[in-house]
Amino acid sequence: MASTTHAEIADKRLLDGKDPERIKQEMLRDYPPKIARKRAKQIIINKVDKDKTVPEISSNVRTIPGLIGQRGCCYAGCKGVVLGPTRDIINITHGPIGCGFYSWLTRRNQTDASASPDGHNFMPYCFSTDMHEKEIVFGGEKKLKQAIQEAYDNFHPKAIAVFSTCPVGLIGDDVHAVSREMKEKLGINVFGFSCEGYKGVSQSAGHHIANNGIFTHVIGNDDTVREGEFKLNLLGEYNIGGDAFEIERIFEKCGITLVSTFSGNSSIDDFANAHTADLNLIMCHRSINYVAEMMEKKFGVPWIKVNFIGAQATAKSLRKIAQYFESPVLAEKVEAVIAEEMPDIEKELQLIRPRTMGKRAMMFVGGSRAHHYQELFTEMGMETLSAGYEFGHRDDYEGRRVLPDIKVDADSRNIEELDISPDPDRFRPRKSPEELKQLVEKGLTFSDYEGMMAEMKIGSMIIDDLTQHEADKLIETFKPDIFCAGIKEKYAVQKHGIPMKQLHSYDYGGPYAGFKGAINFYRDIERMVNSKIWGFLKAPWEKNPELSANYVFDE
Amino acid sequence: MLLKHTTKEIMERSALTVNPAKTCQPIGAMYAALGIHGCLPHSHGSQGCYAYHRSSLTRHYKEPVMAATSAFTEGSSVFGGQANLLQAIDNMFTVYKPDLIAVHTTCLSETIGDDIPQIVNKAVAEGKVPAGKYVIHANTPSYVGSHVTGFSNMTKAMVDYFAETGAKKNKTINIVPGYVEPSDMEEIRRICDAMGIPIIMFPDTSRVLNGPLTGRFHMYPAGGVTIPELRQTGQSMGTVALGNLASTAAAFALDAKCKVPYKLLDLPIGLHGTDMFIDILRNIAGVNVPDSLTFERGQMVDIISDMHQYFYGKKVGLVGDPDQLLALTKFLVSLDMCPIHIVTGTPAGKKFTAELREATKEVPCDVNIKVEGDMYLFHQLVKNDPVDLLIGNSYVKYIAKDEDIPFIRHGFPIFDRIGHSYLPTVGYRGGILFLEKILNALMDRQDRDATDINMELVM
Repeated sequence: MASTTHAEIADKRLLDGKDPERIKQEMLRDYPPKIARKRAKQIIINKVDKDKTVPEISSNVRTIPGLIGQRGCCYAGCKGVVLGPTRDIINITHGPIGCGFYSWLTRRNQTDASASPDGHNFMPYCFSTDMHEKEIVFGGEKKLKQAIQEAYDNFHPKAIAVFSTCPVGLIGDDVHAVSREMKEKLGINVFGFSCEGYKGVSQSAGHHIANNGIFTHVIGNDDTVREGEFKLNLLGEYNIGGDAFEIERIFEKCGITLVSTFSGNSSIDDFANAHTADLNLIMCHRSINYVAEMMEKKFGVPWIKVNFIGAQATAKSLRKIAQYFESPVLAEKVEAVIAEEMPDIEKELQLIRPRTMGKRAMMFVGGSRAHHYQELFTEMGMETLSAGYEFGHRDDYEGRRVLPDIKVDADSRNIEELDISPDPDRFRPRKSPEELKQLVEKGLTFSDYEGMMAEMKIGSMIIDDLTQHEADKLIETFKPDIFCAGIKEKYAVQKHGIPMKQLHSYDYGGPYAGFKGAINFYRDIERMVNSKIWGFLKAPWEKNPELSANYVFDE
Repeated sequence: MLLKHTTKEIMERSALTVNPAKTCQPIGAMYAALGIHGCLPHSHGSQGCYAYHRSSLTRHYKEPVMAATSAFTEGSSVFGGQANLLQAIDNMFTVYKPDLIAVHTTCLSETIGDDIPQIVNKAVAEGKVPAGKYVIHANTPSYVGSHVTGFSNMTKAMVDYFAETGAKKNKTINIVPGYVEPSDMEEIRRICDAMGIPIIMFPDTSRVLNGPLTGRFHMYPAGGVTIPELRQTGQSMGTVALGNLASTAAAFALDAKCKVPYKLLDLPIGLHGTDMFIDILRNIAGVNVPDSLTFERGQMVDIISDMHQYFYGKKVGLVGDPDQLLALTKFLVSLDMCPIHIVTGTPAGKKFTAELREATKEVPCDVNIKVEGDMYLFHQLVKNDPVDLLIGNSYVKYIAKDEDIPFIRHGFPIFDRIGHSYLPTVGYRGGILFLEKILNALMDRQDRDATDINMELVM
């Protein structure tokens, strides 16, 4: 290594009183040398330069076989995450029964079917072609065709989507051709996804494939322009535990018209109409930025990054929206809403902060949540010692400024990038270049995301695609007050005697978004870090195994 | 309405499964492998499989479920998964140090045609399997059978890999407990202990998936059948296999390999199921049944007679796994209840259907048996011929709520209640617990529906 510069010495920070570099080396010590070298690039001790440059982190790279991690597959990202939460599409899993079964109702996406005139809601149902050996050998297209027909005959949906599982790609079933044929035959929208589980390196590939499909087959199908002065889409909000409902409540109070949410409490009719909105907001950058980019190119709708996780973050995001629309009326309304909501937040924080202040958290989840939730912990006076994404890319960690430097590897190359050009009739820039420039000068940033690392403390440990081994080491070393991840990690963490918060399913609580959600989160975390149970793990005779001289009766 | 699109009218379907009453083989194999002490299950396929299986088992047990994956990429799907599995074996033994790795396949690796023994041999040749450690495997293509088949295949693999023929048989009896809960395995062991019979039970997930919270995480919890025990199964005097679908394959393999005769029984659920189990054990082992067990039996009979009026003639709809359904149906019939809709997604065969027919032949109603049906059809049957009680996994609560029918959770998965990990269904004690569940469901309903006039204090 080259000699250490002064800047590097100054940047050397202890993490919770410990040397993070040493801990990293301890983590890597137990791996075979080749694996240790690979993981070393995915475990980064954070540094933030004045211009917000952060170190490079290897991410969106292949999962190492045998290491036990958090990631799921391409199908899970496509069917489970992006398309799953839309109530009025019949989602047929084409494959053996398992994939459809496991993605049946397990992600807690809430929906309000009464919001659609037809009241369709297929989300409590699981549809599968349940492929048998016969179809694996002789092909499954015939069965798929028949399954689509039966779905139509039984349920009369307005749209059917088909999702390919691993063997479908291998045996060469053409789900797109079958979908086209059935679309023509039934006169409803039928479209397929080649989201076989082995594609890409994580769920992330599935998000991209879902984005492409929904953009190609749905967005722009209905040009009806809805009423409303401030029309926008919310992208990457999946209404887990009712998050989208809370955001909808706030928008309504502010007089903002939500055309569509991709995809929570969502209807395919809203997607078809999304291109008529005047602004796209991105919540989960990783899972949905592709749709935003494509809508901008084809229809001229700009996008900004927002975050409705955290009361301050919510207020900031609302102000950004007001700034974009350049309407004093909206700005005033937004300020009034913030002023109305904040006293409850302050009141709650005063109650809980004495019991959460100084506590330490770790979070390893998703492609955005590990970043967003730090806001809430900060509001509670808690510190995030370590964080990482399950399936994030470098831009989610380091910011979109690194996009030109990201090498496209063999796994990413196979995920199609659609070639989008402006729609000849419907491309309509929402702002002139001059207007955009002025907005930028006023501090609004378009098409940008700074990433997680720039907002994290120097010295904190950023770990991509965390393994079980590394999680155990983190917990043993730091004994954090709370650890956040998903269901697979939950009980292993808790066996260590550390409370574990699920940030995918919220442990069946929530909502955590917006103002009311923030209060829910403060209360849940305060309860968890102060729960009496963590003090009851040892029986009296385990705490004090020596027999005392007296019988209890003698006292 | 949660399932508002479910119609009363039943249309014939040949291709579309709606709301499945089964899942795929690998998850059953993973569950079985967790019942070997010191075992790290390994899924040879895409990482989505193990993520889904671990998530489902974790939600069901609320316990750590450790397993690994070969994490296939598009490249491995084209060229085969050998390199991935070799690397995985090396990493698992280096980092997580299991006593053995139990590899199961997936639809992906089966479609490609990966030869697991050949890859494992290569791993051994390359020194990736430390001395005294093992890699076993079961072929579990997801497009054949169901999760029950996967459980059966991995249980059979335990015999194939470890059972050793001895010079002389000993007095031990092997128990293949079937696809039951950790609490059930614990109860089976308690019964055998009470009878003074030495047993080897495989798999055994008790103390693995119902462990304590102590402040220390153990990658390999205390429970599980050990490798030395699995070796000794070949010297046991006999095997009792519980549940045809889940247990026959292993028992048959042990007979073929080591000449250990086996007796196949229903799961010991309910009075007669338990009677049969204990009576067979008594005869094979040549022991007397202790008074304590006869006393428990008497308590169960007592409860049934005391509360008979609440059971009599009540119609029940059941959906779940074949071995469970058969034993439960017989139990319900013995209570003079009427199981009228019986549905499984598992392809359990004609013999199973015939056995169910036989078990329900005295039920004074039309009985719908659908082997390879789904929950959508089950719901339609319930709409057409309503029942007083539903029994099934957590997904049945959507039907129960829509139709306003009392509901008992039983089977896999149960995502929304605890109990199954700790409180058995098998044996007389398990039977008493199950009777209590039935009565609570039915009598809570009677209380809820009672008018101000006919509310009963004493029932």
